[in-house]
Amino acid sequence: MIFSKSYCPHSTRVKELFSSLGVECNVLELDQVDDGAKVQEVLSEITNQKTVPNVFVNKVHVGGCDQTFQAYQSGLLQKLLQEDSAYDYDLIIVGGGSGGLSCAKEAAILGKKVMVLDFVVPSPQGTSWGLGGTCVNVGCIPKKLMHQAALLGQALCDSRKFGWEYNQQVKHNWETMTKAIQNHISSLNWGYRLSLREKAVAYVNSYGEFVEHHKIKATNKKGQETYYTAAQFVIATGERPRYLGIQGDKEYCITSDDLFSLPYCPGKTLVVGASYVALECAGFLAGFGLDVTVMVRSILLRGFDQEMAEKVGSYMEQHGVKFLRKFIPVMIQQLEKGSPGKLKVLAKSTEGTETIEGVYNTVLLAIGRDSCTRKMGLEKIGVKINEKSGKIPVNDVEQTSVPYVYAVGDVSEGKPELTPVAIQSGKLLARRLFGASLEKCDYINVPTTVFTPLEYGCCGLAEEKAIEVYKKENLEDRVIGFHILGPNAGEVTQGFVAAMKCGLTKQLLDDTIGIHPTCGEVFTTLEITKSSGLDITQKGC
Amino acid sequence: MAAMAVALRGLGGRFRWRTQAVAGGVRGAARGAAAAQLGRKVAVVDYVEPSPQGTRWGLGGTCVNVGCIPKKLMHQAALLGGLIQDAPHYGWEVAQPVPHDWRKMAEAVQNHVKSLNWGHRVQLQDRKVKYFNIKASFVDEHTVCGVAKGGKEILLSADHIIIATGGRPRYPTHIEGALEYGITSDDIFWLKESPGKTLVVGASYVALECAGFLTGIGLDTTVMIRSIPLRGFDQQMSSMVIEHMASHGTQFLRGCAPSRVRRLPDGHLQVTWEDCTTGKEDTGTFDTVLWAIGRVPDTRSLNLEKAGVDTSPDTQKILVDSREGTSVPHIYAIGDVVEGRPELTPTAIMAGRLLVQRLFGGSSDLMDYDNVPTTVFTPLEYGCVGLSEEEAVARHGQEHVEVYHAHYKPLEFTVAGRDASQCYVKMVCLREPPQLVLGLHFLGPNAGEVTQGFALGIKCGASYAQVMRTVGIHPTCSEEVVKLRISKRSGLDPTVTGCG
Repeated sequence: MIFSKSYCPHSTRVKELFSSLGVECNVLELDQVDDGAKVQEVLSEITNQKTVPNVFVNKVHVGGCDQTFQAYQSGLLQKLLQEDSAYDYDLIIVGGGSGGLSCAKEAAILGKKVMVLDFVVPSPQGTSWGLGGTCVNVGCIPKKLMHQAALLGQALCDSRKFGWEYNQQVKHNWETMTKAIQNHISSLNWGYRLSLREKAVAYVNSYGEFVEHHKIKATNKKGQETYYTAAQFVIATGERPRYLGIQGDKEYCITSDDLFSLPYCPGKTLVVGASYVALECAGFLAGFGLDVTVMVRSILLRGFDQEMAEKVGSYMEQHGVKFLRKFIPVMIQQLEKGSPGKLKVLAKSTEGTETIEGVYNTVLLAIGRDSCTRKMGLEKIGVKINEKSGKIPVNDVEQTSVPYVYAVGDVSEGKPELTPVAIQSGKLLARRLFGASLEKCDYINVPTTVFTPLEYGCCGLAEEKAIEVYKKENLEDRVIGFHILGPNAGEVTQGFVAAMKCGLTKQLLDDTIGIHPTCGEVFTTLEITKSSGLDITQKGC
Repeated sequence: MAAMAVALRGLGGRFRWRTQAVAGGVRGAARGAAAAQLGRKVAVVDYVEPSPQGTRWGLGGTCVNVGCIPKKLMHQAALLGGLIQDAPHYGWEVAQPVPHDWRKMAEAVQNHVKSLNWGHRVQLQDRKVKYFNIKASFVDEHTVCGVAKGGKEILLSADHIIIATGGRPRYPTHIEGALEYGITSDDIFWLKESPGKTLVVGASYVALECAGFLTGIGLDTTVMIRSIPLRGFDQQMSSMVIEHMASHGTQFLRGCAPSRVRRLPDGHLQVTWEDCTTGKEDTGTFDTVLWAIGRVPDTRSLNLEKAGVDTSPDTQKILVDSREGTSVPHIYAIGDVVEGRPELTPTAIMAGRLLVQRLFGGSSDLMDYDNVPTTVFTPLEYGCVGLSEEEAVARHGQEHVEVYHAHYKPLEFTVAGRDASQCYVKMVCLREPPQLVLGLHFLGPNAGEVTQGFALGIKCGASYAQVMRTVGIHPTCSEEVVKLRISKRSGLDPTVTGCG
């Protein structure tokens, strides 16, 4: 089906293409029918494309002239024309984040008809965003940029000692920073759309909900419903921040979903939680000179090495972040409206009956994340979820309880919640599904870095875990865990992870020559064991 | 200077030592400290001959005093200048341009170096290593002598002597005015006043690093290069380093060689040079001329012939075997003074430590000089380990080498609007599966930090397949290394787009 205009040269090219392929098609010349303008309006709503020609092949939206020719060159058009499949698509992916997009792109490269359904349900504060998922919009990217902004504040202080001369009173402007970061994010959103289009992946900005086997309902912003079928599905819907479930939390608190695009400086902030998200946000907010308090229920950075976690915390404390340990909020009240307003937080001790009150401009909840799987119609096709967490259990090939449905990324149960993991597992899944490879995703020795003011990079086992697994005696030969706290920890850690993949031993560490003067070189000269109890303060080179 | 760890044989000298280190460079100290830990009687003899411009410094050798340490700190000062320019994009309201005060930086850097000098002395004392600040030379194969400050002659004899006197910058003495008016890296870090408009002569990493930070702190800087930059390094990477510097304000005079330096009546230095291809002469005026054309080993004053230690007739460096032994069985040499060794601090430290462990610790571990990583701290840092692309092709043949590469954009560059044209990484591998990694080359921020771990991976015999199975750390620059999918052979565009 071609929606065309009789005078449009691009439409003519497309029509010529189809006739050269010997394909008969319906053509509607919008300039020659009475309701042409209306039809074009509806088309623009459905396809996000205002121009003609607007080409559909077997109900699949191909795009305009350029996209049609691209699809022809990539062979996708021919595939669409064959229409021998019982389904609209080979693969529909629900969720356009890191995992979903990498899976979609790889499947498309392997010549499959692929659709991505992505829809961001606005946060309780009304924040929503574009294509790319958490990492790009409300995760790694804006967080690292704000972390960088805070590091620059530190660099400005340092620079005076290195001879740079400027007025000491440098203020930070939240709006300038946020605008710059949001501009970058918009360019990434756009880049993702472009790359889907280049690879002829259909992208629909609608909420996906299974209605029967192999069939999904897509509902767009305006409530319009469209149905699509596919041979296989991948669920990659990720997670969203958790709320406390106390009075005033959804009304007045923000989460990481809102913070990075907040149009005003958050002011005096209470961060609730001790996850890496909590500590990272608290770290950069304090770096901008804001008054920041972190309310911690029990321990910092659960799941991470606790000695390192405590060091991360003490460094933050030395740099002005206040910690309220063993308290949980019980009520949030608005004292004043505004940008920011004023909130009263009532909290109680986790150990006794003590309660405390505090007044903040902003309360940021960072107490964990939940997968959003309960409104996807999974029960209609029998995909099992963990009733408690909502996560989807998968086997070692990312397959759910329904054989043609897979899950990747944060929504899948028991997997590290990290962008590169989602990307890798999505890509490998597509390769396995479409016969390009048998390789499974390796979830062992996955590194990560916490971008707190002093960065913490790690890979492998925490000390506690290592002791549990291996007992204390055997800890000092093969490298089973790597932990570094310091500047550029992420940059330092990566290569060591590659080395761990290759069977790193302490002997090899000792045999490796350092790069001088760097932070990374300390690992080549680690001579003192913890069990020796010797002083580990570095002297000289 | 010289560090020797000497163990006295108990003969009739005034001092008796089991091991002696001549010249207290980093390696001397490492060796001395290690030997002392192994219960030996050790002396370190160190003396800094003032530079022709009169600069002198304390214990610790080149790295601490006139090398890595002050260089990286001044590099950091320059990087901070770049960050100050980034800051407004990130919301910091700092008025531009921000001027730089050389004196303040130099004082801070020099104070840190002095504290390290002190630290080294304390360390030697803690480990009961005797330290002599005298200029020593050999009397015979077991004895060195030197004159102390008061004019008293000191004679030291030892069972084992280790020579670690390093090298000093070379002066092009054939060029008129070179010695008189030029300075070297021995002086630049100890200047009290800003060097001003500077001509750096040479294309070594020292030349490029110095030119880089001088430009970065706002000085008018020109580099004169006769032939190729960073000889011995991967040439594609080297030319990108230069490209980046040129686009950030360093001026380059390529294919030129200086012929004389004169002081003008107003105090400026007038440099005359020749364009090597056209033969045309040209002149320019500078406040400072910095020679960075290479280094010569500090062996001339050691009277090595009295001990019978052989040196290379071409380089005057000391010839050693794989155990660092010289032509005299109980005399060893390590560090920059040795023929054919990488001139790097950590190599010297490790060689020193392993040597002492072999001598006194019953070890037989030899130093492995392959796959030594290093980083050039130019404004855009260049980290590398293993073979350059040229070297890999020369050894294995074009057909057997696969190079994976990527142009990437550091996340922090985006908001700051920085140009990332030269942010580039390449991995040189054997072509045959599993594609053993032969070399890694990384151009970008924090290249040293990025390279270290991968150096270890290469040590572990990493293959391309293993590196690709490594999960990235997001968002970092180093993750680009584990995402290298495009081979040069494929001819595809290696520009990284998006996070995928």
